[in-house]
Amino acid sequence: MQEPKIIRNIRIGIENLLLHKMRSFLTMLGVVFGVGSVVAMLAVGEGASLEALEQIRKLGSTNIIISSQKPVEDDAAGTQRVRMSIYGLKYLDYARINESFSDIEKIAPVKLLRQESRLGTRQLELRVVGTTPEWFELVPREIVAGRVLAARDNSAYAPVAVLTEHGARRLLATRHSIGQTVRIGSDNFEVIGIIKSEAGQAQGMQVPDQHIDAYIPLNTAREYFGDTFTQISDGSFTREMVELHQIIAQVNDTDNVRATAEGIERMLELFHPRGDYSLSVPLALLEQAEATKRTFNIVLGSIAGISLLVGGIGIMNIMLASVTERTREIGVRRAIGAKRKQIIVQFLIETVVLSTFGGFIGIIVGISIPQVITYIFEMPTVITSLSIILPLIISVGIGIVFGIYPAANAAKVDPIIALRHE
Amino acid sequence: MATENNTIAAFSDIYKIYEMGTHQVKALNGVSVSFHQGDFWAIMGPSGSGKSTMMNILGCLDRPTAGKYLLKHEDVSQMEDDPLSDVRLKYLGFIFQSFNLIAQLTVQRNIELPLYYLGWDGDKSAERAIELAEKVGLSKHLDHRPTQLSGGQMQRVAVARALANNPQIILADEPTGNLDSVTGKQIMEMLRILNEEGKTIIMVTHEPHIAAYARKRMHMQDGLITKIEES
Repeated sequence: MQEPKIIRNIRIGIENLLLHKMRSFLTMLGVVFGVGSVVAMLAVGEGASLEALEQIRKLGSTNIIISSQKPVEDDAAGTQRVRMSIYGLKYLDYARINESFSDIEKIAPVKLLRQESRLGTRQLELRVVGTTPEWFELVPREIVAGRVLAARDNSAYAPVAVLTEHGARRLLATRHSIGQTVRIGSDNFEVIGIIKSEAGQAQGMQVPDQHIDAYIPLNTAREYFGDTFTQISDGSFTREMVELHQIIAQVNDTDNVRATAEGIERMLELFHPRGDYSLSVPLALLEQAEATKRTFNIVLGSIAGISLLVGGIGIMNIMLASVTERTREIGVRRAIGAKRKQIIVQFLIETVVLSTFGGFIGIIVGISIPQVITYIFEMPTVITSLSIILPLIISVGIGIVFGIYPAANAAKVDPIIALRHE
Repeated sequence: MATENNTIAAFSDIYKIYEMGTHQVKALNGVSVSFHQGDFWAIMGPSGSGKSTMMNILGCLDRPTAGKYLLKHEDVSQMEDDPLSDVRLKYLGFIFQSFNLIAQLTVQRNIELPLYYLGWDGDKSAERAIELAEKVGLSKHLDHRPTQLSGGQMQRVAVARALANNPQIILADEPTGNLDSVTGKQIMEMLRILNEEGKTIIMVTHEPHIAAYARKRMHMQDGLITKIEES
């Protein structure tokens, strides 16, 4: 079998490196740690930003979220024993936003309530979400059983509820619960569907759900529970009147998100001089988070870059020494008829073999470190294919960059002087 | 007497001048000489006479400052580095005083070295190396490293290496300088046989009994040929 020239050159390079095993190993260490730190840092950085980005992305990059916010002066007034604070988004705001902006494709109002509920003998406090069918399009959830709310439920003020999976379980509800009656507050609702919980969906693992939700038509919520809530704490009443807690609007294109958000802001300013609302644009958050991630990557990258540089210089140093040591060998090869280029290739291959092999070991080290970090600090780490391919390319590159100078030095050797060299 | 047709290497008015600060050193001061196919030359002279420079230029390791050097009817006197390397690879074989084997390579790999640069494939090179090792009587030492060999054995490896590319000219720079008289004699016998087989051999030596193996002896002094003896 004839082996290709490049394979043969690499084999010869490896043979040469194996003559000095300890030296080759020590030379490699710089690249091992350099590449190891690159892989590890990429994994930690990726893991840290992933969670944040995932959360934001789930809100939808074309979405605009307007939330009711209790104004500051109302808090101060809360010292009075009984006081009704009226704030937040109005049904009218929902209608106005819906009508005014042509770029808005879908819009869903959200009304939040806490209600005791009961299914059979089980009792639980539920977060009741009064909304319209659009909500299920804006915040897609997997349907476990039954169906989600429909437009006719809302227009008919139907006493129907969609439960989240965990809520359903805690109430001992199964898919057979569809069509059964759940008691929310003092009224009976028909369970028409069960959907996956948000938390259950996030990482693919089962975690206790903090929000056990029941989704009911907005009109039904208004009709049954009204807009006023009374909270009793420390013997004093807090009464609040909030019509809508949230409005989620979806814009047709990411390019129009900013303009629409500004339009909504201007409109709300007009009707809400107290500023009892807040507007959040996941796209802006996403861009901000991505910018933060970029900064983070640049910082980590610089540190890793420095360690790679040190590793590369280490290789160059040893290769320069090796060239001096092998001056005579170079002279012999040149006298026999080796061209300068062939001498360069010989030494370059040795350097690249060293750095690439160091890179391989470094990747193994770099993959192991995040596992330890995840285990000890419970921080998420993510190894992407890029965080393996990139360091591998870098380590080959280091071999070439830091090998060129020693190899060029080797090629410059004058055979006449080299043959006399002791 | 050789005819012009079998001239293999010819110097005409070759100068090699080194600039040493303000003054010049004329290592070769206008040398003209022809080497013919099948010649066995000994170049003799005291140190500084220019014999090493002569060998370097003959061996295409150095270029003359002025003059013309025809090797196989090709002017190599001002060739670029790469084509000059090719000329060495194709036409020349070197034997050095200090053997100059590559320490980390086995005997076989050392012999194969010129073939590697000629681009021969592995099997063919191995075949040739084994054949040459047999010729120099080292077929049992193919897997040895040079450090495991005696001086005479090392020089025999060097001879085998010099023969690997089947060169027209073998250049030997004091081939017995590092050997005792018995092994030195063995190497010289080997060179004599190679010459009889048709190889042109040009050797530098300062020992008259070694020079006696050659059929032509060139005496040099101050960069000039002072005398040529033929026997």
